[in-house]
Amino acid sequence: MSAANKIGIVVVSGSLERLQMAAMMASVAAVSDNEVTVFLSMNALQYFRRNAPRPAAEGEFGELLVQKKAPEFRQLFQSAVELGDAKIHPCSMAVDILGIDTSDLEPWLGEPLGLTRFLSQTQGAQVWSF
Amino acid sequence: MAERIVVDARGSFCPGPLMELIARLKFAAVGEEIEVLSTDKGSAADIPEWLRKVGHELLDTREEAGVWHIALRKSK
Repeated sequence: MSAANKIGIVVVSGSLERLQMAAMMASVAAVSDNEVTVFLSMNALQYFRRNAPRPAAEGEFGELLVQKKAPEFRQLFQSAVELGDAKIHPCSMAVDILGIDTSDLEPWLGEPLGLTRFLSQTQGAQVWSF
Repeated sequence: MAERIVVDARGSFCPGPLMELIARLKFAAVGEEIEVLSTDKGSAADIPEWLRKVGHELLDTREEAGVWHIALRKSK
């Protein structure tokens, strides 16, 4: 059996479409024998607070995602963790700038991570950014 | 023979049917058969691909009145 491939996913956008694509990528990768690490920063992080509002759509496709009831992106990220053992971390800098108490974040997120740690965890990995 | 487990993912879009299958697969025993029902054409192609990658046995795929039936056996 081959060793797991490492996949890193950096999410900085707060648009519904980008969050959805990142969540699809994370969940499918995590359940397909890959070691997945997700790093949430900038405009993305606020949507991982408990009871966060739905992010705004960038365009018509985002409206369709809502209308057609595509799987909700937070649920997909949660499945990535629960079914595929993905690690999803808030960026420690974004946590500080937003002044978030980590207990206000979704409970399936990992500890805040700095870039040094993220970079070492994803060394040699395939990295995607959204 | 035990009955097939049915995962009814009709109406769900990619990767919903795959994730619903995997959630159910966790609780199935090795050798058990599962049939996924999906109205999402992409998933009908993607689920067999996932089975090949991860190593479960694809038994059959067929389309009936806009619903794909993907049958598989848990192999490990």
